[in-house]
Amino acid sequence: MSNLTLEAIELTRLFGGREAVKNVSFHLEKGEVLGFLGPNGAGKSTTMRMLTGNLAPSIGTVKICGIDMIENPKEAKALIGYLPEMRPIYKELSVDEFLTIAARLHKVPSKQIKKAVDIAKEKCGLSHMSKRLIENLSNGYQQRVAIAQAIIHNPLVVILDEPTVGLDPIQIREIRSLIREIGQKHSVILSTHILPEVEMVCDRVQIIDKGNLVFHGSIDELKQHRQGNKLLVGFSKAPPLSALKDVEGITKVEKVEAGMYRVHFKNKQPPSEAIVRLSVKNRWGLYQIAPDQTSLEDVFVQLTEKKQKN
Amino acid sequence: MILNIARKELKSLFASPMGWIILALLMMAFGSYYLTGVNNYFEVMSGAIRPAERVGVTIFVGQTVYSIASFIMLFAVPLLTMRLISEERRSQTLPFLFSAPISLTEIVLGKFLGLIVFLSILVFYIFLMLTTLNIWADIDFGYLVANSIGLWLLVASFSALGIYFSSLTQQPIIAAILSFISLFALMIMERFFASDPNHWFAYLSLMKHFQSFSRGLIDSSDLMYFFLFISTFLTLTIRRLDADRLRG
Repeated sequence: MSNLTLEAIELTRLFGGREAVKNVSFHLEKGEVLGFLGPNGAGKSTTMRMLTGNLAPSIGTVKICGIDMIENPKEAKALIGYLPEMRPIYKELSVDEFLTIAARLHKVPSKQIKKAVDIAKEKCGLSHMSKRLIENLSNGYQQRVAIAQAIIHNPLVVILDEPTVGLDPIQIREIRSLIREIGQKHSVILSTHILPEVEMVCDRVQIIDKGNLVFHGSIDELKQHRQGNKLLVGFSKAPPLSALKDVEGITKVEKVEAGMYRVHFKNKQPPSEAIVRLSVKNRWGLYQIAPDQTSLEDVFVQLTEKKQKN
Repeated sequence: MILNIARKELKSLFASPMGWIILALLMMAFGSYYLTGVNNYFEVMSGAIRPAERVGVTIFVGQTVYSIASFIMLFAVPLLTMRLISEERRSQTLPFLFSAPISLTEIVLGKFLGLIVFLSILVFYIFLMLTTLNIWADIDFGYLVANSIGLWLLVASFSALGIYFSSLTQQPIIAAILSFISLFALMIMERFFASDPNHWFAYLSLMKHFQSFSRGLIDSSDLMYFFLFISTFLTLTIRRLDADRLRG
């Protein structure tokens, strides 16, 4: 139990009778990065606002390291670093001034404030921007300031709502490695709609749609959804469908386009060899044979649509 | 924590020229009324008034300055309070405060305190300015202290009401207009009841309670009135921010 840093228990949030988040429960362990996925308006941000105490849940509780967010908000909030969707930065201040205020408000002891500011700046690549007004920084740098603000007090749980928006590819990589680094010692919740990002950074994924959790599991489980038992085969002289169906292990053959077939197979072992052998023998002119990967996007669509039908 | 929020508010006031300009303009206005007050004193007192009706220089100049100060503050305070919460609401920086380990009460009190410190500079400046009369005359310090306390409580009440209106809306201008209108109504309320000065409605008027201070009288019931006025509006503000969290 001591490893649990965050628990969300049956969170429900009503907005004027409409359920934005329905009965969502999950937990986070120390040293874990949890990816939070969902289409627009799914309730990602609402959930995150509830986790950070910015919004009171209609039903349910949030516990940070066992401290109830509603009963002891101050103690619980001290353990959290939060980057909201809209970056909360005071543009009239300079980077140093703003981060000092952030450190002070998060109860960093006054002797360590300067050090904390320096570390946060270094981690987010802001060291050469100390004296600049935030207003005059570019979009990407403003985002870095907002991230620095969330990690300045070295929180146990870091909650980032779309942290890589507006960053350049190099910075995105740096921030991802930063998230991994924080994730090793502490816990991170990351909401995003960039699927490869989730794959690269997160240990676990959960997908929310219309307020419901539709998937909750490790990255590997999500990948299993992705690699179905399918092969994509291309022939220059297309054989009849029935000829392929006769191959052992093949359950179904679909025509994709002229000369291209999608072959579903039963066993774990793909019947590629048999298809190649047959093609050579009958001179079908095989030019492509590859596992047919459903993209993460497709998995995402499948998962969110499946729930809708139910 | 309250102090930290107050420091943050003061920092953003003085981060732009805005804070300095407001201070400079207001001090210039008070200064010029002080000078006219002194000039008028010499003109009026040199013979126009019978000796029995003459008032001291402290009361004569002090009344000029303090009555204009309370009137100018009626415009200045709404302009200062308007951005306190509505600006944060509009630029979506409230989550920064809400997710820090600070209670709503501390946030509101901190913002209030920050503004009060700023306005205290002005109140203190006016007091200092009037004490310079002591170089030429023997002035009544008690009168000045009572007036300063009165003005200070008056601007604190203005601020409390201004913060509340600022928490209601996302548009700073709307907050300024609303607080100006309601403050103005509260100031002149007693005039509507001039025929019946003891009517309970007139008792609500801010001006009525400021008047005893401007006579040099510190009445505990007036102190209580201002204290209640301030705490009512600060409580309402806290409730309003709490409603954000509850209703979303």
